[in-house]
Amino acid sequence: MTLWFVFALMTVAAIFAVLWPLGRRARAQSQGSEGQGSEGQDSEGQDTENRGSEVAVYKDQLTEIERDLGAGLIAAPEAEAARVEISRRLLAAAAHEPAPVPKSSLKWRRAAAVLALVGLPLVAIGVYMPLGSPKLQDFPLAQRGSGSGMARSLETLVVQVEQHLEKNPTDGRGWNVLGPVLERLGRFDDAARAYRNSLTYNGESAERRANLGEALSAAAGGVVTAEAKTEFERARALDADDPKANYFLGLAAEQDGRKDDAATIWRALLAKAPADAPWRPVVQSALARVGGSGGALPALPDETITASRDMSEGDRGAMVRGMVERLAMRLKQNGDDVEGWLRLVRAYLVMGDRDKAMGASTDARQAIANDAERLRQLNEGLKTLGLDG
Amino acid sequence: MIAESGHYALVLALGLALIQSIVPLIGARLRDVALMNVARSAALAQLLFVGASFTALVMLHVNSDFSVANVYENSHSMKPLIYKITGVWGNHEGSMLLWVSILALFGGLVAAFGNNLPLSLRAHVLAVQAWIASAFYLFILVTSNPFLRIANPPIEGRDLNPVLQDIGLAVHPPMLYLGYVGFSISFSFAIAALIEGRIDAAWARWVRPWTLVAWIFLTLGIAMGSYWAYYELGWGGWWFWDPVENASLMPWLAGTALLHSALVMEKRNALKVWTLLLSILTFSLSLLGTFLVRSGVITSVHAFATDPTRGVFILLILCLFIGGSLSLFAGRATALKQGGLFAPISREGALVLNNLLLTVACAVVLFGTLYPLAMEVLADFKMSVGAPFYNLTFVPLFTLLLLAVPFGPMLAWKRGDLLGVTQRLLAAGVAGLVVIAIVWAWTRGGSALAPLAIGLGVFVIAGAITDLAERTGLFRLPVATALHRARGLPRSAWGTVFAHAGLGVALIGIVCETTWNSEYIGTMRQNEVAHIAGYDLKLDGLFQRQGPNYREMIAEFNVSRDGETHSVMTPSKRSFTTRGSSTTEAALLTRGASQLYVSLGDTTAEGAIAVRIYHKPLVLLIWWGPVLMAFGGVLSLSDRRLRVGAPKPARAKQRLQPAE
Repeated sequence: MTLWFVFALMTVAAIFAVLWPLGRRARAQSQGSEGQGSEGQDSEGQDTENRGSEVAVYKDQLTEIERDLGAGLIAAPEAEAARVEISRRLLAAAAHEPAPVPKSSLKWRRAAAVLALVGLPLVAIGVYMPLGSPKLQDFPLAQRGSGSGMARSLETLVVQVEQHLEKNPTDGRGWNVLGPVLERLGRFDDAARAYRNSLTYNGESAERRANLGEALSAAAGGVVTAEAKTEFERARALDADDPKANYFLGLAAEQDGRKDDAATIWRALLAKAPADAPWRPVVQSALARVGGSGGALPALPDETITASRDMSEGDRGAMVRGMVERLAMRLKQNGDDVEGWLRLVRAYLVMGDRDKAMGASTDARQAIANDAERLRQLNEGLKTLGLDG
Repeated sequence: MIAESGHYALVLALGLALIQSIVPLIGARLRDVALMNVARSAALAQLLFVGASFTALVMLHVNSDFSVANVYENSHSMKPLIYKITGVWGNHEGSMLLWVSILALFGGLVAAFGNNLPLSLRAHVLAVQAWIASAFYLFILVTSNPFLRIANPPIEGRDLNPVLQDIGLAVHPPMLYLGYVGFSISFSFAIAALIEGRIDAAWARWVRPWTLVAWIFLTLGIAMGSYWAYYELGWGGWWFWDPVENASLMPWLAGTALLHSALVMEKRNALKVWTLLLSILTFSLSLLGTFLVRSGVITSVHAFATDPTRGVFILLILCLFIGGSLSLFAGRATALKQGGLFAPISREGALVLNNLLLTVACAVVLFGTLYPLAMEVLADFKMSVGAPFYNLTFVPLFTLLLLAVPFGPMLAWKRGDLLGVTQRLLAAGVAGLVVIAIVWAWTRGGSALAPLAIGLGVFVIAGAITDLAERTGLFRLPVATALHRARGLPRSAWGTVFAHAGLGVALIGIVCETTWNSEYIGTMRQNEVAHIAGYDLKLDGLFQRQGPNYREMIAEFNVSRDGETHSVMTPSKRSFTTRGSSTTEAALLTRGASQLYVSLGDTTAEGAIAVRIYHKPLVLLIWWGPVLMAFGGVLSLSDRRLRVGAPKPARAKQRLQPAE
């Protein structure tokens, strides 16, 4: 209610600002100009004002010349020249044709008053209502948070832990707690950072490495990136039986198109797993996904795109992107493979990323620049792909 | 309640602006004093309400009220207080609110101090101000409202872009906006004159100080922005010919031209129509700058968010005002009475040359800024126009301008004596040549143009001093008399001297920095030493430190010269958690006008760190120059005298100057 009262006061003030000059009668109206104030100014008005101010300007200038002359700033001839110049302008100003006599138009003043009284509030309310949120209170930070315990949501807690860690970044236990929560909230990049800090301050462990890898692949949309894979490999080096690391390494193999390898890894994992391990069904279903087909599918991205048409749009995109990324990575390390380069370029073209395709073909040329025969193959291949030879 | 009151105050300001844009015009047509006076009280009330709205937004930021979307997106509860305040305009919505606040401030100033203006002129000026204001209030309320709320407020904000968390944000945007928006006054005066169909003496008297105020702020704003980029972005560059920088340079060039043509108009009653056109163009370029920066057409550190509706809206405003004002000009300009005549060789002639060069330079920058954009839109072809283009076009134009600068103030009004002035400038020219020779002999090699350019800079400075010496009679008269005359010299004459000398100072700084800049880029380990320009920098070690809302890694460098320890430099890299980004804080060591500049790159796995060390000789002159110019502007502004330029009688040569 107070809010509406404040609004009303403000509106009244605004209306008053418009009505004030309208309401003031003739006697005060001279103050807009050079201070000729008496009744009847209304009807004398405008012309005197205009000419008055102009004449005043020139008169000021004339006095100033006298002043400068008196102070010895200008010599008599120059003063004379300036005086002539100003007088010329003064005459020109005085010769202005007289402007029409101003009138006091009561009709229009009333109209303006009505505009202020009715129009202003209407515009104000009309604009404010759809945009504003008059029902919403202020929420300055000082009045929030530390109050009652029950209002605290998970996010509030997370923020408080983060603030605590901002000030005490070496608190390893805090990072350990924060990581999984952030992951659940979908803040994968932050989760990865938390796990990294946890590794720094709590020391190495297979579990932490695997968690970090998991956060990294989650951040990449489910793709086990090279970076994530390194983490899983480190985890396995620390503990060969770590289930999470093994599962994701299998996934990496699957995303690479090495389904046999994936199946082998997962089978070994299941063989060692305790019978009541909660993650068993996950691995089993993954195994079923790759187990059926014994032969290794070639990792031709565009063919795989066709094959994966049944998958959901997001899954398919992620899968393809993961494969292409790994292929690019491999070619960066070993650039001799002309077929691989062509496959990469084609994949980029299929994905509609022509810039990257061009970039990849340039990289390819550089990588095999020393080998004339391969270069020829590459150029021909590129030509068939529609990129210039 | 603060949030909603601020919002409502902004809406009321819109309502008042609408009334202010219509009622005074009707009043001026009917010659009704009361209706015309509505403009004044409405402008003052508008200032009050916009001021309240802006204050409300500042309070919301200071209180960290995250129920306001703008605060949530751009603030953080742990940010230091100063950045909570500056963060208000460190984002699109807030900066637009600052823009209209300054517009209202200027409108309020005209209303409050415009008592000596003819009533109808004041009514027209304020009405035009209100048109601009209404357009921008609507823009803010419809497309970039800073008072939108979030029903379930988050507990923590997303923090301000770390690059902006710097004292530069407290100074640069307000200064720049005071400059941009200040030109709206001369624009409004020009439109008012066109509507009334006449330009009187009061017009000329009013436009110059306002232009000067805007120009001073714009000069300082640009210089501040350049220095900020220099120390914050970590590359030691101070001007990139970035479209956003050009957007501020163009109004500056046009505004400088306007300043000089307004001078002619004030003193000699000539160049009236041209001054009108320049007033319109200058503000149009300010609007164009706003459009380029705010529409997201250009991606840069200044584009906070890109939103097509905003771009379209600003484009509409732009077309409306620029198109409208130019067509009004085309229709009415011929009706205006032309002023005094003058010979080509005269101070007026010199100022016309100045105007010509400045406007052409401005057109060149405009072309360089818009051409790539047009190519991208029309031909789908990305290109950038960079330093080489401007070196070939802008630089020769400015060289010509600088050559002419010392002549201008020494020529007499109406008809001048070029030969006489050349004789008097001989000493300055000789000084320039001597400096060229010295620099040439000293440096040997390097760019052949650099000594020439420095000589030009010296010529400009010496020319300004010659002007002063001529006016005071220094060297000709006894020192006491000269001092007396110096004291009696109009302050605007002193202003001219400082502003022109500032130009030369900045030029010398620019040439020295670009020609003899030396750099060291590499990775360093602890206790390694880098040698640059006679300095030895030893990396003492790397440390971590916790700031209020960031962590920073500090590298400590021990700077010594000839085995003598000078000082310790501590560049750092700050990483901000909330935005997950980092900034480099360069360390600067100032020796005279030269600076040593150290900024950090990434650390390598082996604990070494990439560093960039620059030695920049006389780099500070680049910014001292504009400061001198602005100081000259302030001096000239403080000269409240009325001005009239009279020709010097032919017989009395070499006497005292007429009153400025």
